[in-house]
Amino acid sequence: MAQKIKVATIWLDGCSGCHMSFLDMDERLVELSEYMDVLYSPYVDQKEFPEGVDLTIVEGALSSDHDVEMIKTIRQNSKKILALGDCAITGNVSTMKNLYGTRAIMETGYGQNADHNESGEYPHLVVPKLLDRVHPLHEIVPVDYFVPGCPTPADAIYTVLKALIEGKEVNISQLTRFGK
Amino acid sequence: MIKQKVRVKTFQINGIDVTGRSDSTILEVAKEHDIHIPTLCYLEGLSCVGACRICLVEIKGSNKLIPACTGKIKEGMEVFTDTDRLHKHRKMILSMIFAERTHTCSVCVSNGHCELQDMSVELGMEHSQVPYLTNRFDIDASHERFVNDPNRCILCTRCVRVCDEVEGAHAWDLVDRGLDTRVIHDMDDPWVESESCTSCGKCVQVCPTGALSEKGVSATEMVKKKSLIVNLLEMRNRER
Amino acid sequence: MITTLEELEEIANKKQCENNECREELRVCIGSSCLSLGAKEIEKDLKKSVKDRGIEHRCRVKGVGCNGLCAAGVLVSHYDNESGEEVLYEKITEEDTDKLAKAVESQKPLEEHRSDMSRGFFAKQKKIVLENAGYIDPDDIEDYIAHGGYRALFTTLNDATPMEVISQIKQSGLRGRGGGGYPTGLKWETVAKVDAEKKYIVCNGDEGDPGAFMDRAIMEADPHRVIEGMALAGYACGAAKGYIYVRAEYPTAVEKLNKAIKQANRLGILGNKIADSGFDFELEVRLGGGAFVCGEATALVTSIEGNRGNPRQKPPHLSDHGLWGEPTVLNNVETFANIVPILNNGAQWYRGFGTEKSPGTKVFALTGHIENTGLVEVPMGMKLSELIYDIGGGVSEGRNLKAIQTGGPSGGCIPADMLDLEVDYDSLKKVGSMMGSGGVIVTDDSSNMVEVARFFMEFCKSESCGKCVPCRVGTTEMTDILDKFINKEATKEDFELLKEMCEVVKESSLCGLGQTAPNPVLSTIKYFEEEYIKGIKDD
Repeated sequence: MAQKIKVATIWLDGCSGCHMSFLDMDERLVELSEYMDVLYSPYVDQKEFPEGVDLTIVEGALSSDHDVEMIKTIRQNSKKILALGDCAITGNVSTMKNLYGTRAIMETGYGQNADHNESGEYPHLVVPKLLDRVHPLHEIVPVDYFVPGCPTPADAIYTVLKALIEGKEVNISQLTRFGK
Repeated sequence: MIKQKVRVKTFQINGIDVTGRSDSTILEVAKEHDIHIPTLCYLEGLSCVGACRICLVEIKGSNKLIPACTGKIKEGMEVFTDTDRLHKHRKMILSMIFAERTHTCSVCVSNGHCELQDMSVELGMEHSQVPYLTNRFDIDASHERFVNDPNRCILCTRCVRVCDEVEGAHAWDLVDRGLDTRVIHDMDDPWVESESCTSCGKCVQVCPTGALSEKGVSATEMVKKKSLIVNLLEMRNRER
Repeated sequence: MITTLEELEEIANKKQCENNECREELRVCIGSSCLSLGAKEIEKDLKKSVKDRGIEHRCRVKGVGCNGLCAAGVLVSHYDNESGEEVLYEKITEEDTDKLAKAVESQKPLEEHRSDMSRGFFAKQKKIVLENAGYIDPDDIEDYIAHGGYRALFTTLNDATPMEVISQIKQSGLRGRGGGGYPTGLKWETVAKVDAEKKYIVCNGDEGDPGAFMDRAIMEADPHRVIEGMALAGYACGAAKGYIYVRAEYPTAVEKLNKAIKQANRLGILGNKIADSGFDFELEVRLGGGAFVCGEATALVTSIEGNRGNPRQKPPHLSDHGLWGEPTVLNNVETFANIVPILNNGAQWYRGFGTEKSPGTKVFALTGHIENTGLVEVPMGMKLSELIYDIGGGVSEGRNLKAIQTGGPSGGCIPADMLDLEVDYDSLKKVGSMMGSGGVIVTDDSSNMVEVARFFMEFCKSESCGKCVPCRVGTTEMTDILDKFINKEATKEDFELLKEMCEVVKESSLCGLGQTAPNPVLSTIKYFEEEYIKGIKDD
């Protein structure tokens, strides 16, 4: 048998819905595991992003300096990047903040809507710094595959991964779309 | 009774011989012959404005692309509706529409029943080729039955046209220009205060996206009655 | 009311005698550039000084239109009616007025302000359109008549058929001066041959290109010439009504035109049964609200109709479906200003200037990094080097020439090594620029060409009407991408995307504004690609 494809998955500024959807492939995950090794993912316990990854599946938009740093590392260490779901592709709900600006969002989140925030400060230690503008992945790094959906349906994820394994072409627009 | 003489023109679409009445547009003749041309700002029953540029077609011997919805047919012309060049242009134009405003399909009342979404499927556009722009507009929810969310508007002006041409009220029109263009009521009054709006709701039914919607519907629930206009016009003609 | 050529001559003779009563004239330029430098006050002061010195019977002070050398305003010309000698004074301020009056009184020229009229700026020009500019009083119809005005109209109405007029214009080879260069005679013929009860003549005075002020100068300096040209077009095409669409930012032009129309109406030169013929022609000025896109033909007529000035898809063309759905001739100010000299002197005379395919002259507005900023009229086919160096006096502050931008936001940049180019419609198009309405912007070697391209792209972005997607969104996106190049943050992908967007916007936009918006980018990529490459960050 040929060598297994080295896969990583990561969830940046998203809701984890696409990762849930990934798990919704159910018994097909067993089938896929014949062809894929998951090296790095919320599903596995690995702290550093590994080198020499064949395919990284990215959920979520880029909202913080950490997200940007991560996606650059991912780009460096991965042969292919698959943007999974609307947040990674369009920014989706994450980018709605762009209409108001980071400051307004912080004021609402840590001021008006906060039960306890006596100092009135925004968190700035340990947590990553939010960018002025949220970006979909391809505005920062080149992306190889786009599989939209909110969340991307399990069937679509399965069909796309199967096609990648088999080296076949699929028409993604027939499987899923923005908002599906 | 002498029938008015109908002149007919013969030409080709995608290599297929077609005929149409001499005053027809390319789009009309294509439809009659079951040749599909993607459209967005076009709506049967309303005037054609050629604003969205999705229905552009190529004419042999001309370097210009022309919109099928306004382009009149000519004897012997050779029209192409499905070339690589057109695919490229349409995809880029559709990208621009998606990138222009904040469509966020997942939380839209029209999600699943949206012509813009459908177009992305039809043209195979799964990501925008151009960077997203940020331009925020205030939502007008002043009317008791309808909502206007300009953030989801693609400026097809169907609402403007249906209100003027079918309802006869001309309550809608455009204000400002370029990226800031908006559809407004009267002198940019809140919808509820519009004196010319008859609250007929035709604009809502013809809106291709979730920009105009009925109040009280949640995400994915806004299903529009697009055939309303054609049916209405047919009934009117019958009465005459 | 005058109805015959003889009566017209009478007015001309009377005015000429009146003009000759004073042997000398001090002509103060009251074109917009000089006005902004206080020309009106200078005219007033000069009148007073001349009176104070008691020489008002000998020397008249009058306001005239632009003579062209705007860089040296305020300009005052001292003209001797008998000898025909002229001394031009430049950079006159309010403090110089009495000195000037004294110079006239003492017959000793004011050497420190004297302009060298033998230099290239004046010697190499050929004034046809602007022949009256700087000589006649634009506020006085009689002065225009005294300089041969309205003779073409009266003679034509008496002696020529509409088809003969069109045939003259066709033979002259006159091409539309608005930029496209469409043959004027052909345009008129199309409308003349359409069978319609109502037709319209529309003059496009919505000059909006950055750095262009040719039409403004014509309207301000010689409004009657435009009116006469339009009336002749009306006669040739069978139209009884005309509109002059002028941007509201040209208040002086609007004032002069309105005054001129009023005077022409009073004399019966406009109105019913002009020159006792069966020809009626009425004229009205309509103001544009400041939208550049209203210079586009279909948007312009929509705006006159009182609607939002959005363009519409062509065809149908205006000759078929124009103002209020009727056949319409729409020409630019300069085009109409060419009609009278052609009919007065004949098509063959006109063909004696310019090139085979672009006969006649063209008015250019020279701006940017050039010594002699101003308005010039030269024969078509003049070499760029002559235009920039011999007439324009070369690049300002002794710097080197980098590029010449023509055609406004629709045009392109021509690099300095193409100075041998002979300027006409076709040659400019060939090198990726265009004639446009005649704005020539000179940039020196300190300029960044990406910034030049960005300037025009931003202009298009803010002037896009918003109707069609490629122009509305594309111009914004391209401005943003150009910013990345200027900030040296662009990627190779951005460069590809920019080129691709240029192609899509150019080929798929609805009207000329969008279709030509990428031109400044395309031409700077063509000739100055290395400046774009410099804007790409390395990683």
